[in-house]
Amino acid sequence: MKKLKKNEKLFLIILIFLAFFIWFASKHFFTSTSDTISITINGEVFGVFSLKEDQIISIGDTNVCEIKNGEAYMIHANCPDHLCMEQHAIGKQGGTIVCLPNKIVITGEVSSNYKENFPELDAIS
Amino acid sequence: MMKNIKLAHLGLFSALAIIFGYVESLLPLFSGIPGIKLGLANLAVLFMLHRYSFKEAALVSIIRILVIGFLFGNLFSILYSLAGAALSLTVMTLIKKYTSFRIFTISICGGITHNIGQLLIAMFIVQNTALSVYAPTLLISGIITGALIGLLVTEVNKRIYPPS
Repeated sequence: MKKLKKNEKLFLIILIFLAFFIWFASKHFFTSTSDTISITINGEVFGVFSLKEDQIISIGDTNVCEIKNGEAYMIHANCPDHLCMEQHAIGKQGGTIVCLPNKIVITGEVSSNYKENFPELDAIS
Repeated sequence: MMKNIKLAHLGLFSALAIIFGYVESLLPLFSGIPGIKLGLANLAVLFMLHRYSFKEAALVSIIRILVIGFLFGNLFSILYSLAGAALSLTVMTLIKKYTSFRIFTISICGGITHNIGQLLIAMFIVQNTALSVYAPTLLISGIITGALIGLLVTEVNKRIYPPS
């Protein structure tokens, strides 16, 4: 680009700085650990499942979610683009999988039950 | 005479936007992140906004969204596109009107607001605010795609209307 005007340059720098700040902030402060996944369809809770058990969950008759080795991912979707199947698996570090066409959102969560959270602690004591 | 050129540009760039939309559906450019596209079709829209005004850009935008939507998408993809286009066009028009920013900067703002508009409508349709985790990624990708499209429009404009 040729010489940008001064305030235009400043505007761009602030914009880029802000975007990266939000990005870093979300990476560092809003990542949480999770041991369960919550599946919602159209805003309503479909179910909460533990990441500890390997299982295959049919979500309605449109999508299928699999939990394996502590990670959850979508293994089937009836829409043509299959974007939800390419998204990062939900593991201990949390995450979100979204299927826009079928309005399904899967989020990693921390279950409120302490015993379910740390069964090994219980076993030691 | 001017009116004829404008009519020709409207037809030409609408067709171009539709072709771009099709070409883009064939090649996933940012394959690392699912769902993020360059938005080549916005090149035509941005050019119309740059050369003419909001009216012409909106016309090209609506034509391309409807045609691409009916050919390759569905009702929801049309809705997402409309939301993104409406917000980004409004913001870009306001910036163009009230500042002397270059088309490059306007394009970046358009890229960001396009993504925000789509995210908002997605949150509304899915009825889940958990989608906001994508906001930071979409902000950055909006800046990158907006900058690329802005550069392209600057170059295209230079070649169609060479500075004399």
